[in-house]
Amino acid sequence: MAYLDHAATTPMLPEAVEALTAQLSITGNASSLHAAGRRARRTVEEARETLADALGARPSEMVFTSGGTEADNLAVKGLYWSRRDADPARTRVLASPVEHHAVLDAVHWLGEHEGATVEYLPVDSYGRVHPDALREAIARNPDDVALATVMWANNEIGTVFPIRELADAAAEFGVPLHSDAVQAFGQVPVDFAASGLAAMTVSGHKIGGPYGIGALLLGREYSPVPVLHGGGQERHVRSGTLDVPAIASFAVAGRLAAEQREWFAREIGALRDDLVEAVRKAVPDAILGGDPAAEGRLPANAHFTFPGCEGDSLLLLLDAQGIECSTGSACTAGVAQPSHVLLATGTDPDLARGTLRFSLGHTSTEADVEAVAKAIGPAVGRARTAGLS
Amino acid sequence: MTDTSQRPLRVLAAMSGGVDSAVAAARAAEAGHDVTGVHLALSANPQSFRTGARGCCTIEDSRDARRAADVIGIPFYVWDLAERFREDVVEDFIAEYEAGRTPNPCLRCNEKIKFAALLDKALALGFDAVCTGHYAKVTVRDDGTRELHRASDMAKDQSYVLGVLDDRQLAHALFPLGDTVTTKDEIRAEAERRGLAVAKKPDSHDICFIADGDTQGFLAGRLGRSEGDIVDESGAKLGTHEGAYGFTIGQRKGLRIGTPAADGKPRYVLDISPVNNTVTVGPVDALDVTALTAIKPRWCGAAPTGPGTYTAQLRAHGGETRVTAELVDGQLEVSFAEAVRGVAPGQAIVLYEGTRVVGSATIATTTRAKAAV
Repeated sequence: MAYLDHAATTPMLPEAVEALTAQLSITGNASSLHAAGRRARRTVEEARETLADALGARPSEMVFTSGGTEADNLAVKGLYWSRRDADPARTRVLASPVEHHAVLDAVHWLGEHEGATVEYLPVDSYGRVHPDALREAIARNPDDVALATVMWANNEIGTVFPIRELADAAAEFGVPLHSDAVQAFGQVPVDFAASGLAAMTVSGHKIGGPYGIGALLLGREYSPVPVLHGGGQERHVRSGTLDVPAIASFAVAGRLAAEQREWFAREIGALRDDLVEAVRKAVPDAILGGDPAAEGRLPANAHFTFPGCEGDSLLLLLDAQGIECSTGSACTAGVAQPSHVLLATGTDPDLARGTLRFSLGHTSTEADVEAVAKAIGPAVGRARTAGLS
Repeated sequence: MTDTSQRPLRVLAAMSGGVDSAVAAARAAEAGHDVTGVHLALSANPQSFRTGARGCCTIEDSRDARRAADVIGIPFYVWDLAERFREDVVEDFIAEYEAGRTPNPCLRCNEKIKFAALLDKALALGFDAVCTGHYAKVTVRDDGTRELHRASDMAKDQSYVLGVLDDRQLAHALFPLGDTVTTKDEIRAEAERRGLAVAKKPDSHDICFIADGDTQGFLAGRLGRSEGDIVDESGAKLGTHEGAYGFTIGQRKGLRIGTPAADGKPRYVLDISPVNNTVTVGPVDALDVTALTAIKPRWCGAAPTGPGTYTAQLRAHGGETRVTAELVDGQLEVSFAEAVRGVAPGQAIVLYEGTRVVGSATIATTTRAKAAV
């Protein structure tokens, strides 16, 4: 088996499994006032400190959520509502067109139901938003901007965005910038304080932690309107009983992700380079998606377009040989559609149907790369015969 | 050409999410074939913002198919053939009604999608055959060519909607339910025994791309309302309709004619004329057809030469009737031993010798016993 879909989810780290299972048999609601409650709360607060440390944030800036999707929704909708409440003129939302659906669909929903004017920022052929593009968009009317949202690194093509420069551009006008850093955490340096962001999303299961846990890092001056109302946990921004085992496990994974980031970038990045070289050797006309420069892309991402192929044909052929990868973005019915990311970068829609994303992770080996090197040429040959039906 | 009687084969099982295709896939796997399940996403919703959003029924069917594949223990994928389906089946369906004919979209789907687009893709990807839950049988002749036969259970036979398949398509078709002489309840019992949750799922009889079953509403939405006259055989106006495409030859219900016929007997649709948007109605015996001409003949094997006598089926779930048929200038000239009713242009005529499908063609024109229209 060659599991090359770590950007979808990566195996849990043994240390994170241990932390999770250890907590599962301990009773205590972190909001309770008695000893069991205080013990649970202590576990949560220690985890909060650990994660804050790993992400360059203050503990009070960590708002735990059920995952990346909820954190993105809370940031986008919550900040929109609070900023508009403070000044009804603020109804413009700026977003990159290559965001994950958790951001893209939330932004779209605001446009459909909350009177937002959604403006998609221009991107280059790597999918990257230039700081001047954000600056120009805000400067057209700084008073009507509710928020801007630009991801830290793209989940499909791996392009890394100049977040510090983008945050500076937003800060010139006092506009809060949110960034989805789900894919970036553990792969490129992510420091919330240094970034200048107002809000930032991270997720547990992308870094070796459990599913169903994530966090919104939220500058202390921001009070987004909650999406979930209830018991008032997490700064009254996100109600709901805290998932103590998942939080404890997330913290262990987060600490290790930060500690091992340089090793990851070096070692997994080298494996990724081998994979890119092997694919190009086997299929000379394969097109590498995203920024080819090492510093401009995630070290674990290799995204290819194979002209004349359907991505789902390739996926089936590789899957049958034990190679697990992705065509791009999965969706409800399991149907592969041309990726909105590729379309935004100006890729021809027919070409955009023939994509595969290989994403490596902490368990990736040379054997995985060799399996792809061996299989990809014949698979592409066969998929080309099947053509674009 | 692959011999589908040999095994094991690499089989792509088309899984609709219904009980028949699930049991078919399970039987193919049990027979030792290397089976991969695929659900065809056939209805796109381009207005929807979310990538790949589908009607809820399709998502539910897709999930049912996936769960069946899980239980059978085979890989499962969803393939998007919505664009091909729209072009080759849905648009054809609308155009046929617009032209005053009565299409059979299931037949068209077998011809253009399941045993064309899907089969071609499967073969290119290294599969040997496509497996479906149709009730029909394929046998191999001594010379290696294929014969398509009615299913062992005549009551469930679906060879009519497969009559358009040629020898090459049949050579790569696997119908594991064709030999089954069981009631639907027994197929459900088999599904239950195999742990397939679709065992209790209701049958789908409607046209799959018209989820609410309202064909007239669907056509009106696509073709617009266009009021015209309902006339009798003499041309006298009896009422109005909202679009000639909404009628089928032989239709009795839904005519909404206020005045009864002089003889007090019910009236039927005799003719649909899209050119002047007129629907002609009349007594039941005016529907009697003695001969027809059919176009685009397809043969399972060599085309017959000279006139021959066959049994013919004129619509899905229709009975058999004796005919003489001959290929004349590429068209099939058919005459009936006894007059038949309710023959609608656009439907297929499938010719049989015993249980064997000889060929099929699309009904173009009919000759009435009473030359009234």
